Amino acid sequence: MLAHLYPHEMNIYGDTGNVLVLRRRLEWRGLAVEVVPVGVGTAIPPTTDILLGGGGQDAAQGEIGADVLTKGPDLRAMAADGVVMLAICGMYQLLGHEFLTHDGQRIPGVDVLDVVTRGSDTRLIGNHAVDTAWGQIVGYENHSGLTELGPAASALAATSVGKGNNGIDRTEGCLTNNVIGTYLHGPVLAKSPAFADELIARALRRRGDEIDLEPLDDAVALRAAVVAAGRPR
Amino acid sequence: MAVLAVWVGKIVLMALRLGGRSGNALPGLIVEKLFPRYLPRALARLPHGVVVVSGTNGKTTTTKMLAAALAQKFTVLTNDTGSNFVRGAITATVDASSWTGRLRADVAVFELDEAHAVRFVEVVAPQRVLLLNVMRDQLDRFGEIDTTARLLRTVAQAATVAVALNRDDPRIAAIGTDLGTPNRLGAEVVWFGVAPALRGLFPTDEELYSGAQPDPGSAGPVQAQLRDWGAGGATIALSPGDAATDPDASVDTIALRAGGAHNAQNAAAAAAIAATFDLAPDLIFAGLRAVEPAFGRGQSFTIDGRTVALHLVKNPAGFRQSLRAVEGEAPDEVVIAINDDYADGRDVSWLWDVDFAAHLPGTGTDSSGPAVRTTGVRAADMAVRLRYDDVPVADIQPALALAVDAAIAAAPAAGRVLVFATYTAMWSLHEHLVDAAAASDGDGPKEATR
Repeated sequence: MLAHLYPHEMNIYGDTGNVLVLRRRLEWRGLAVEVVPVGVGTAIPPTTDILLGGGGQDAAQGEIGADVLTKGPDLRAMAADGVVMLAICGMYQLLGHEFLTHDGQRIPGVDVLDVVTRGSDTRLIGNHAVDTAWGQIVGYENHSGLTELGPAASALAATSVGKGNNGIDRTEGCLTNNVIGTYLHGPVLAKSPAFADELIARALRRRGDEIDLEPLDDAVALRAAVVAAGRPR
Repeated sequence: MAVLAVWVGKIVLMALRLGGRSGNALPGLIVEKLFPRYLPRALARLPHGVVVVSGTNGKTTTTKMLAAALAQKFTVLTNDTGSNFVRGAITATVDASSWTGRLRADVAVFELDEAHAVRFVEVVAPQRVLLLNVMRDQLDRFGEIDTTARLLRTVAQAATVAVALNRDDPRIAAIGTDLGTPNRLGAEVVWFGVAPALRGLFPTDEELYSGAQPDPGSAGPVQAQLRDWGAGGATIALSPGDAATDPDASVDTIALRAGGAHNAQNAAAAAAIAATFDLAPDLIFAGLRAVEPAFGRGQSFTIDGRTVALHLVKNPAGFRQSLRAVEGEAPDEVVIAINDDYADGRDVSWLWDVDFAAHLPGTGTDSSGPAVRTTGVRAADMAVRLRYDDVPVADIQPALALAVDAAIAAAPAAGRVLVFATYTAMWSLHEHLVDAAAASDGDGPKEATR
């Protein structure tokens, strides 16, 4: 089961596309998939295998701020239980400890990831490709929050040309167990098929299903990734 | 000083034109830097002042429509070239002035993008402001949609005679509530809208992304209403009271040359602000009837007996509107051209917010739908997007002209090709199609218009 967190509020820069990518990659292989939207006031289904959440407008992050805290205990328990989570941008920030806005407000997070984010007055924008254990991940970063990793967090990847978490320490995203936070929109899974399959494989493994994922024809996605990685920021 | 500014601007303009370039920005940019007071002083002499047209989608077409309606009675100065920065307005003003610096116009209509509209009203007080909609656009340029709405509110506050607002767009409607009527400078607020039965054709940003129905709030009655839209054209009602209910409203059905429901809505918008001038409804309708489609907004060309229609796409809401043409026109071939230069927006993730499966034939459906090709720098990205919507892609050809030529060749005689293109792709394809239409017809360049 794919749970899509706050589809109405957190959906900018095509992040909803990540849901479609995972769904189709399961369907094309004949694997059953159910997508459940989880909004404000709705509990996350306990049978969730993969949880996806995207970025939002500042106003939207305010609307869900209180609700996400009520989901905090569930999110922490699921993360500890190995549920696969992919959180982009605003949702990545909310999975951390806190977000200190540019004007001094403190937005508490749910402590799933050991990261803190500080608002800034510059936007880190551009095409961004990073190398990970599962091949190149290609997306588009666009954020003004600067995220720093704590001792319990490890980076998803090292940056080369992009700005990543904060533009300073050359890290992009965060990986803790099966929880991944990243600033890559795009949607990130569209041009990173091996990464998409890694999420699926981890979810299946956690359920005890030892299925070898049937390879898909990703030639066009990889071609698009090469083009995007070579474009100006 | 005005004379000197005009001379400088005109000489740069002439130099560009001699060089075969159609420069819209450079002359204005130079005059803006050298003579910062030129524009407000020149425009202050216009007897009917300036109308600023802004919003995310429909600026260029609506500006053309409004200019055409006003031209029934006035001499109109407008930046109908699609250059919607302040410098584009300066270039247009210089171009319309005599060498002695005299501006031969009664009224100016300028389309300005949201950020430049704010910069414009800081130096020129517009008599009128027309605001169309706020949709997600290339967000990397303006920031977020609520920021954009705030920019437009600042613009509306600067109007001195009238502000026309879209009752069906919640963010635009909220601007009206904030302003009050009249606004603090004495401008009356007038509204335009579509009949309730047509509302489904114009989803707001909220409806596109969350399915939520917006609350029209405290928006007043509409003075211009799109009552009906269909094969016969756009039926528009005008009334100083409530155009939706007034039995004495002026009503006309206009066969607009620019196709699409969104252009019918644009016509109602143009009519709403035109009606705040001393202009009879019949003249407004006559002006709307005469408008040709703006550059690349549903323009069509005849090439080797095939009709090729070119549609600019730049954000999810606009792309969805344009895709409706696939049902309306039953094309044989569809070409989607995606570039990612600065003017297109570097980020192409917005393509994932367009529902292609609803408009293009999917795998497993019968083969009666058009063949779909992708082109442009991001041809492969577009093909990936279609693949995840289960829309088969006939060819991925990054070279724009080659892709469109292949589609024309594959279309049957008298067939129809629909091209959807981002901004820079539209410009290069427009040039290519003008040349191809000229080459296929010995009578010289021909732009057939629907």
